[in-house]
Amino acid sequence: MSKTWLIIQREYLVRVKKKSFLLITFLGPLLLAAGLSLVIYLSVKENIQHKVLIIDEKAPAFNNLQDTKNIEFNYGTGMNIGQARDLLFNSDYTCVLYIPRNIENSNVSKLYYKKQPSSSVIRVIEDKVENVVEELKLKQYNISREAFYDVKTNFVLNSIKFTKNGEEEKLDKAASYVGFFFGAMIYIFIFLYGIQVMRGVIEEKSNRIVEIIITSVKPFQLMMGKIIGVALVSLTQFLLWIILTAGILTAVQSTIFKDYYDPAAITAQTQVTPDIAVEIQKENVNQNKFDLLDPNNIINRTNWPLMIGLFIFYFLGGFLLYSALFAAVGSAVDNETDTQQFMLPVTLPLTLAYVLSTSIVDNPEGPIAFWLSIIPFTSPIAMLVRVAIGIGDGGIPVWELVLSMALLIVGFLVTVWIAAKIYKTGILMHGKKVSYAELWKWIAHK
Amino acid sequence: MNSILDIKGVSKFYTNHTALDQVDLSISPNKIFGLLGPNGAGKTSLIRIINQITGPDEGAIFFNGEPLQIHHQKNIGYLPEERGLYKKMKVGEQALYLAQLKGMSKSEAMASLKEWFEKFEISGWWNKRIDELSKGMQQKVQFIITVMHRPQLLILDEPFSGFDPINAKLIRDEILKLREEGTTVILSTHNMASVEEICDDIALIYQSKKILEGSVHDVKEARSGNEFSVTYQGDHMAFAKALWIDAELKETKTIINNKHCSTIKLADNKTPNDLLNAIIPHVNVLGLEKATPSMNDIFIDRVNEINQGNHE
Repeated sequence: MSKTWLIIQREYLVRVKKKSFLLITFLGPLLLAAGLSLVIYLSVKENIQHKVLIIDEKAPAFNNLQDTKNIEFNYGTGMNIGQARDLLFNSDYTCVLYIPRNIENSNVSKLYYKKQPSSSVIRVIEDKVENVVEELKLKQYNISREAFYDVKTNFVLNSIKFTKNGEEEKLDKAASYVGFFFGAMIYIFIFLYGIQVMRGVIEEKSNRIVEIIITSVKPFQLMMGKIIGVALVSLTQFLLWIILTAGILTAVQSTIFKDYYDPAAITAQTQVTPDIAVEIQKENVNQNKFDLLDPNNIINRTNWPLMIGLFIFYFLGGFLLYSALFAAVGSAVDNETDTQQFMLPVTLPLTLAYVLSTSIVDNPEGPIAFWLSIIPFTSPIAMLVRVAIGIGDGGIPVWELVLSMALLIVGFLVTVWIAAKIYKTGILMHGKKVSYAELWKWIAHK
Repeated sequence: MNSILDIKGVSKFYTNHTALDQVDLSISPNKIFGLLGPNGAGKTSLIRIINQITGPDEGAIFFNGEPLQIHHQKNIGYLPEERGLYKKMKVGEQALYLAQLKGMSKSEAMASLKEWFEKFEISGWWNKRIDELSKGMQQKVQFIITVMHRPQLLILDEPFSGFDPINAKLIRDEILKLREEGTTVILSTHNMASVEEICDDIALIYQSKKILEGSVHDVKEARSGNEFSVTYQGDHMAFAKALWIDAELKETKTIINNKHCSTIKLADNKTPNDLLNAIIPHVNVLGLEKATPSMNDIFIDRVNEINQGNHE
């Protein structure tokens, strides 16, 4: 055991100390978040001062637009659109806002520009014009603004499942997507790190150090040490990614996007009364459905301890199973280019599970979902997609989860046993192309 | 008998061929044992069985009288013919790791490695990566890794290949010193000169079978026959004429002008005295000694004998 532990330590430390690991682990989420934030920041925040010339065919209805920090409204009274266009090129105006006579009917106006304004500038102008148009319509129909907001409906259809206990649980598609995310992570990590196990085996075999090591430890210890070491590396990377990404996202949301969800900031930008600003904020939230602070969003509704716990179980199970096979493939060849012939049967079930997991999202209790989540080769991905909708009442039956977990354990024990047989013989074979028949002989050999 | 390693009736079968066929060997402690044989004879299979990398299909192996077991691995050091280390790992880190796998504690390993690194004058390489070293330097590290845990039995597969003459001598001296200190060495090699130089005992493996075994001296003696080399001054034609029917002139080398050295094979009933009596009247004899075959000759002769036997 202590020798296996030494091997685990070496495999872990060698990989974790690599510059590429540190780079991908720490810089990855940082770069991603930084890149995303930068793009969003640039499109939301705008330093350019806009001077907008309004050609208002409904004057004076739009004469009252309030300037904001970076938008100044001016009125081209008596000017037609052709004159405004000429003026745009011979002055410091940046845009021309054209309000057509029939704006209440068409709900469309036009913004001409020299240089594309940012989406946030467009949004602010849009909101302001929309407010005025709404105001016009409300007056026309003689409706109060309060009544208007009361009538305006954001309809939601909830799918409800009846359970034996009479309780109702929501069949939650968003939850399935969380499961899909975890399934995808498992797929990527098994691939990424399974290949690392295979490379490690090929390296040891081709530089012959394996012959020295197995005069000190059993080949099985060496193989398991490598697999477990690499598994720990991948878990380290995964956990660091989760922590870093969550940290960065929270930080970004609470600083850069504060205004977007803050009624006070909306009031300041759009010059509406605070109660209207609250409505706008709600609308913003609804439209984007992604506010980390909202207790109803999918991030906060997900049972993270359960999901992460099951992720770790299914990842480790799946990883042990697949990387044992990757190790067997590595032991049977002399270099990486020879792995092709053995890779397909190993990667096929994994890829299949990943591809079919979109259909599991649509129908988490159908036969495809059931079988894929029971078979050990596909269950690490399939079961995580399913389990996100919940366990027990309203979710997947507990026995299915227990069966799937038990079969995964049996599955990896059998696979590891078979892989160890191939590995034991393979690592000492050189300069010979190995066929499937030969592999079978190694497995059958006493 | 108090051999360190007893190999009794060991056979190893692979699907299409027999790698070892009823091989018996006995290796005495404190000796350098030459394991000889052409490529594919079964030497590597035998070494792997001794190292417990694979097991024998028949027969048994005893280490110090006990049946060979996993715990004996820490008493054995193995230098494979195809050398290999982790290329990207640092020298010291790697040596420590392999020492600990052999069962040494970290502090023991440190102490032993420090000593060896100083002896080989490579202390400065501790933090270098293996792939930063030259081939010869890597070989030195590899040798240290083989001996650092002070094994009772050292198995060296072609230990001199890849060394320049100076470092080959360093390694040879170390092997001899290890023997002085009580280590037994199995030396698997094609290099017959090194066998004659340092081996005490040898065994010849050919086509999965042991075909010759014994001390270097005995083997040479047994195969030397009634042959003598004579150094003399005078006419070599006259020398040849002086030989009678029971003495066969095998070859004559001219050393300088009329100084020659000839090899004579005598009939079994003749002695060097008979030969001297015959030639003294004709040439001026400078020396006479028994001609012993080189290990190389013995190797080739024995293999040829087996092949002829197979053909008949």
